[in-house]
Amino acid sequence: MSMPIYVPPEQLIKDRAEFAKKGIARGRPIVVLEYTGGILLLGENPSGSLQKIGEIYDRVAFAGVGRFNEFESLRVAGIRYADIKGYSYGRGDVTAKGLANAYAQTLGHVFTHEIKPYEIEVIVAEIGDEPQDNQIFRIQFDGTLRDLQKFGAIGGDEDHLMGRLQADYVDGLDLDASLRLGCNAIESIESEAIPNDGWEAAVLDRANNRRKFRRIDEATIAAARAGS
Amino acid sequence: MSRDARRYVSGPLPLDSVAPDSSFISLLESEGMAPSWEAASGDIEVPEATTVLAVRYRDGVVMAGDRRATAGNVIAHRRVQKVFPADDYSAVAISGTAGMAVELIKLFQTELEHYEKIEGTRLSLEGKANYLARMVRNHLPLAFQGLAVVPLFCGYDQEASQGRLYTFDVVGGRYEEQDYATTGSGGAEAKAFIKSVHDPEMDEDAALRTAVEALIAAAEEDVATGGPDLRRRIYPNVVTVTADGYTEIGEDRIAAVAAEALEARP
Repeated sequence: MSMPIYVPPEQLIKDRAEFAKKGIARGRPIVVLEYTGGILLLGENPSGSLQKIGEIYDRVAFAGVGRFNEFESLRVAGIRYADIKGYSYGRGDVTAKGLANAYAQTLGHVFTHEIKPYEIEVIVAEIGDEPQDNQIFRIQFDGTLRDLQKFGAIGGDEDHLMGRLQADYVDGLDLDASLRLGCNAIESIESEAIPNDGWEAAVLDRANNRRKFRRIDEATIAAARAGS
Repeated sequence: MSRDARRYVSGPLPLDSVAPDSSFISLLESEGMAPSWEAASGDIEVPEATTVLAVRYRDGVVMAGDRRATAGNVIAHRRVQKVFPADDYSAVAISGTAGMAVELIKLFQTELEHYEKIEGTRLSLEGKANYLARMVRNHLPLAFQGLAVVPLFCGYDQEASQGRLYTFDVVGGRYEEQDYATTGSGGAEAKAFIKSVHDPEMDEDAALRTAVEALIAAAEEDVATGGPDLRRRIYPNVVTVTADGYTEIGEDRIAAVAAEALEARP
């Protein structure tokens, strides 16, 4: 009978984390920015059909980076969670905090129990009636849950991206200015310019009726980038 | 709530959900949470929603319903809402057992939104109507107990650039109607009125007037239908569905139309 090789738990966790981090850094980033009328989610995405940003519920949106099939399964599970909760209780009972917690537990469970950790990070954003009521959460591959203030970035060369956002972000941006800021920040870490149809953007717009989620089309992005 | 249902309430989310497709109702069923009413024998008196109608006009469809719900010969509610948005481009109205009808609509709305979010695209108008027919068909055993639910569905078909409307029967039959449709206890009276004045090219004002006047005509002959009540300020629910989507018509506008129509009645 052969003895299994002993691997110290610290090493095991470290290996898994490194594996996940590498996978995430290979992907293209997403930035999230609060602007005066709502919250913007923006990423580079040459594919028009495989989307990284999606609507979860009336006030809640989702964005994921890393392996598409892995964050897609979280997105779908999140919509199911939200619709079941909203149907069983009330529409106001679906919150970003509840969903972020569920995602954190899910990713934490996968990280320790599955053969391979998920190589993804996700953002859950909720728009409030007033800008100070906005909530943005970031959930990492191991289930670490953090809340973000004003802006944030996941995936890709995240440290550079955050540095750029920290330097450029000011309060009171309108949608065009925040689109410009986000596009410039992402372009600054890429080797070449990104065409106008290479973006995916969506907002939680406070001015919308019940469903605050709205996609931003190519023409709006082009106009925002052409302005100054 | 069943044991399974807790999967979505606390703890890690089930990523292996057994729900087979993008359907919310299938999801509820797979989680053991689908609403059900056991069919049992015996007579009960529950509130019934009465007259609703839909009329096609130049820009799309106008849909309206009176506000009364009756239980036997008692007025159960005076301010019931019977016309609802199904999604941004369609509306649904109900007659029949009010409690079940309202639940059915809530499910139908959630179903359409759920599909749209997961698939990233809306169901076609035809697809929505077929799905609603299936939901009505599932209620058939209850219809035999006298607890029928009969909806009316309309929407704007963006492919064909026109409003379309559908009626249903208790067995889940789905029929597309050309110009107008009514259902509920005062439906026949309302239909007779619409038939006498309908013009598919009428404008929105004329369409609203036709809808409100048809409800007044129904209320005059059918005690279960509540006409506009100026004293209590109870007016019909009226909505339109056009190329711009679903719009609820404000109460002030309906009040003005109702007052004018009542004045003009013989």
